[in-house]
Amino acid sequence: MLDGLTKSYGGIVAVDHLSLTVGEGEFVSLLGPSGCGKTTTLQMIAGFLEPSGGRISLDGADLLAVPPNKRGLGIVFQSYALFPHMTAAENVAFGLEMRRMPRADRDARVAEVLALVGLTALADRFPNRMSGGQQQRVALARALAIRPKVLLLDEPLSNLDAKLREEMQIELRQIQQRLGTTTILVTHDQAEAMALSDRVVIMNKGRVEQIAAPDVAYSEPASPFVANFLGKTNQFPAMLRADGGRHVVAIGELAWPADTALPPGPATISVRPERIGFTAAGGLPGVLRNRVFQGNHWLLQVQTASGLVTIIRQNNGEALPAEGDRIALSWRAEDMSVMAARDTAA
Amino acid sequence: MTTGESTRRPAESLRLTPYLLSGPALAVLAALLVVPLIATFLLSLHSFDLYKGIENVYNFRNYADIFSDPYFYRIYGRTFRIALIVTALAVLLGTPEAYILNRMRDPWRRICLLLVLGPLFISIVSRTLGWALLFGSTGLVNQGLMAAGLIESPLQFMYSETGVVIALTHVLVPFVVISVWASLRRLDPQVEHAAVSLGAGQSTVLFRIVLPQVMPGILSGAIIVFALAASAFATPAIIGGRRLQVAATLAYDEFLNTLNWPLGAAIAVLLVIANVVIVAGCNRLIERRYAQVFQ
Repeated sequence: MLDGLTKSYGGIVAVDHLSLTVGEGEFVSLLGPSGCGKTTTLQMIAGFLEPSGGRISLDGADLLAVPPNKRGLGIVFQSYALFPHMTAAENVAFGLEMRRMPRADRDARVAEVLALVGLTALADRFPNRMSGGQQQRVALARALAIRPKVLLLDEPLSNLDAKLREEMQIELRQIQQRLGTTTILVTHDQAEAMALSDRVVIMNKGRVEQIAAPDVAYSEPASPFVANFLGKTNQFPAMLRADGGRHVVAIGELAWPADTALPPGPATISVRPERIGFTAAGGLPGVLRNRVFQGNHWLLQVQTASGLVTIIRQNNGEALPAEGDRIALSWRAEDMSVMAARDTAA
Repeated sequence: MTTGESTRRPAESLRLTPYLLSGPALAVLAALLVVPLIATFLLSLHSFDLYKGIENVYNFRNYADIFSDPYFYRIYGRTFRIALIVTALAVLLGTPEAYILNRMRDPWRRICLLLVLGPLFISIVSRTLGWALLFGSTGLVNQGLMAAGLIESPLQFMYSETGVVIALTHVLVPFVVISVWASLRRLDPQVEHAAVSLGAGQSTVLFRIVLPQVMPGILSGAIIVFALAASAFATPAIIGGRRLQVAATLAYDEFLNTLNWPLGAAIAVLLVIANVVIVAGCNRLIERRYAQVFQ
């Protein structure tokens, strides 16, 4: 669907040759820190920005040849962008009016979509008399009312408080699955992207770092940036050696077999904090600096020769070492991912 | 986010604080506006005699005179007719002007804004005298129209309502531009994008999305223009002259030519009352209309 999409502003490349195919009914997230080009990409799909290069097509047709008001995409904006002078129902009906839908059909569709987002009771209310969550639902209903081929969500939940955001995430996913609308979400919130999407596109500085299912990107990050951006991780400098046809990655004396295509030499390995365990002998030695209680889990920080390591332990009644104890850390070979040596940017 | 200090203070002093803070401004307002207004009203209750001058009596004779004489009805009618036409023209010119200004890019926006607000920097008398020069039978406007073949003989702009309306509109348009521009700046550009994404074309966005949202700005600009146009003095005095009296120039005439101060005061008081009633009434209507939309 997106092919070599590029946008540059006078020498600064905001989006660099982004290629992505979104399947019918799929939920894809563009995820990355602010300034990574994700919103620029969305605006190009919506037609509010002209790409500097590349193509966008929808069902085989060139979308760039279509003016933004004829693209038929549903968009939910970060600020909701509701029409303040119209009631919730009028907001939802607007797109249908533009399509010259007969009055009776329009009213039926508005009622149906408002019911879908659970706002039937507030149909005649003005946006300024609604809470953030309700406004958000109106914005979603308005975008869905036109039965868009693609739904574009631009940080739709970032203005809600944490509890409401979680509720809306579940609801958004349910509605999307029920309607089967192809959806592209732009967000900087990795938890949101992972919770909602079939696939995530992790972007950094205008480039795609990885396109994968959330759990795959999490457990097998393609780059140090992805490993750092998705959840917490520990990164160690290591040496990659070719050892008789097999690859071996080593930190000092410790060595693990590694399944990688990288050339031998310096490398970075990344291990998730919840995958690190304690071992009686032979692990990475360290001293427990501090431990922080977080309710359902403990956060432990261990000083090792390779730097400070963060470990997460489930609060399952298991005895934990005390602060200042000397301990040894270990993990399985399949729990780590091997990447090119950490560049200065990551 | 202050400390608990302010809440522990006695409620008494808290309630007084706003009054104490606005006190100096209220005192200035009272001294410069309320007192003269009351004095004018009291003056309007006196009577005037050609031989004895102003008499220290209190009655409503002047008001009765005004209400029983069709001449005064004509003057007030003309005053508010001019104000209404000027308001309509200023809104029709100022609103698109503000919209275009808002869509311009710097530095052009700054330059054009300066040009639009320019008239406000020049003394109203010199501005109006400039119009008087343009309006004369051999003035630029008539010469231009005749050269273009649009008219045969010079039009009468001086001492006509048309002339007063044109000059007043020129003076007052900036108020609409400022007011509308302020509301345009507050619009969320994403709202226009949202309308486009739902299938709206350029003109639909303009008339169904942008215009309704800046309506409060247009109306408040209109109220300012109406109030200023109805009480304008310099422009009607110079362009309209004594042949085309409006309420403000008539009051002036009574004071300085006929020396009938009480009658002049009564004319002025009625003008103030009519103006306040109309403006406050419109304001109430607007507030009620937009309360649930824009608060």
